Amino acid sequence: MDFLIAAIITIVGISTPILLAGLGELVVEKSGVLNLGVEGMMLVGAIAGFAATVLTGNPWLGVIGAAIAGALAASLFGFFVLTLNSNQVATGLALTIFGTGLSSLIGLSFVGRIVPQFGSVFPPELARDPLLKVVFGYSPVVYFALIMVFAVGWFLKSTRAGLILRAVGENDLSAHSIGYSVIGVRYAAVAFGGAMAGIGGAYFSMVITPMWAERMTAGRGWIALALVVFAGWRAGRLLVGAIFFGVLMWMELNAKAGGLSFLSFAQYIPSQFWAAMPYLMTVVVLTLISMRDRVGLNAPACLGKPFLPAT
Amino acid sequence: MRIKLEKRQEPSKLMQVVTPIASVLLTMLVGVVVFDLLGIDGQRAVIDIFLTPLLASYKWQDVAVKAAPLIIIALGLSIGNRANVWNIGAEGQYIIGALCAAGVGIAAGTAGGPIIMVTMILAGMVGGSAWASVPAALRTRFGVNEILSSLMLTYVALQVLSYLVGGPWKDPNGRNFPATAPLQPDQTLPILFSGTTVHLGVAIAVVLPFVFWLLMSRSVFGYQIRVVGSAPNAARHGGFDGNQTVWLAMLIGGGMAGLAGALEFAGSLKAINLGFPSGYGFTAIIVSFLGRLHPIGCLIAGIVLAVTYVGGQVAQTTVHIPNATAGIFQAMMLFFILASDIFVRYRVRFIPSAKAVVQPAPGE
Repeated sequence: MDFLIAAIITIVGISTPILLAGLGELVVEKSGVLNLGVEGMMLVGAIAGFAATVLTGNPWLGVIGAAIAGALAASLFGFFVLTLNSNQVATGLALTIFGTGLSSLIGLSFVGRIVPQFGSVFPPELARDPLLKVVFGYSPVVYFALIMVFAVGWFLKSTRAGLILRAVGENDLSAHSIGYSVIGVRYAAVAFGGAMAGIGGAYFSMVITPMWAERMTAGRGWIALALVVFAGWRAGRLLVGAIFFGVLMWMELNAKAGGLSFLSFAQYIPSQFWAAMPYLMTVVVLTLISMRDRVGLNAPACLGKPFLPAT
Repeated sequence: MRIKLEKRQEPSKLMQVVTPIASVLLTMLVGVVVFDLLGIDGQRAVIDIFLTPLLASYKWQDVAVKAAPLIIIALGLSIGNRANVWNIGAEGQYIIGALCAAGVGIAAGTAGGPIIMVTMILAGMVGGSAWASVPAALRTRFGVNEILSSLMLTYVALQVLSYLVGGPWKDPNGRNFPATAPLQPDQTLPILFSGTTVHLGVAIAVVLPFVFWLLMSRSVFGYQIRVVGSAPNAARHGGFDGNQTVWLAMLIGGGMAGLAGALEFAGSLKAINLGFPSGYGFTAIIVSFLGRLHPIGCLIAGIVLAVTYVGGQVAQTTVHIPNATAGIFQAMMLFFILASDIFVRYRVRFIPSAKAVVQPAPGE
């Protein structure tokens, strides 16, 4: 039982950052933009959240700082891609390289410093019982991520603004001709994606290990990108997928530590198998999605294509 | 005064040459300002990153060895980018190419000589192409987006490497360190200038751009790639098969990345450990754009990016900034070159302000 509780708490911790970044990227991609800079924005958020916490002493301000920094990094991407119409794939990759370098440089003066962990906000008595800990034992960021799953799902499905956003991603020229600002909608989506990735990154530097280390997000930005595809561009499935990927990464951690003795077959499977699984399964899911008819397909039709209205 | 963009009939040849140079200069300028704002000696950092590797002759061999894989990968990627085939999994193809070469080395045991060397290089190319053939097959058979699939497979390749060097291929005499056994001396690529680290791969990286140049400008294949990329509908009418182009672009891109991996392994590192993947496959995307997708451009851009890598290490010791800082400059160069595309495709007109015009034109 204790083992199970520890496992659940670890998996929630692994899943939260990719869920946050994935939700952001979902909205970005639904608007027709492919931002491959998630990893870079997460790192910028990680250092900004940490630095803001150190400077203000307030972790809530830290999270807000991470969101703003992520949104700023994303807006830089937006400026090149949306205003100057540069290639989205290359610009996104550049953003990742840029964010990695910038976070290392800014982080230089924060190496070796510690902040108090941004842990549970509930009174400790509530989380003392192991069963209640599964419910009440997390950082506020975890609950925020859960709320955002429903918020993003509701926004995309049931609001007028969400409908416009999807229309822009599905057929930018039509949306433009009805009079919606394609570029404006995409700017907003890209900034939101950056803010969410920033908070996801801050989860590493403020909750998982409350310190700064270079490249501390360790490639989770790429997993978040995979997650959006794996979830078939749906918010609800994104939550399921994040937990599923969390389980796979938890299996990897255990296999590395030689701790999978409870599963007799698992001892023969190397940890690298579990680490590769999210990516392999994403390719499989992507293939299945692509094989299906265009009807019911959730991938935005304009994904990655520049908006070029006839002038 | 107003600024107006006019679409050019044809991309400006002059701008295609001027904009990459301007991007590098602008990066250096912005770098000085940004670093000064961060409280770091910006002038010193920029000089160390961009100029010291060129001015200090003992750094030239480092630049040459680092430039070789970047140039070779970028050549292959440029073909795909021209045809609008987006292979961003070159890093994975590079890793698999190196692993295939390492596999040949391990299978050869103590045998060495030119045959083993050639086999290693060919195995690298085949391995890289094979890895790239998965996104190619998925794209042509099922319409799977090759950007996403090739990216995902890069991370699978990383795990394949981690598994092999930590398990079946681990050096038995390596104190349990996850790395392959180093190559025998007569299995490694010959050194071109004794006393340096400049190996045969550097010569290949210098010759290949000219081969690609001829291929792209003089052959039907080159014509096909250019037409499919710039006018897909015309290409279809002209009988060029889109699927065939995807296959060619992916196989060449993968093959070149695999070749680069094999050369890096057999010429430079001689053993594969967990630190082998260094992001060359991603940086090569910057190289191909900075080189304006032109083979000779890739040659020059590869050297520029290699300079920033070597210079980053110099700046690490002189102004004490992390190694990753070179990435800020690399990314800025790419940002500027992508943004400056607008000058290649459009003519910028400065129109005097409309003060003199009293009556607005009808319809406005």
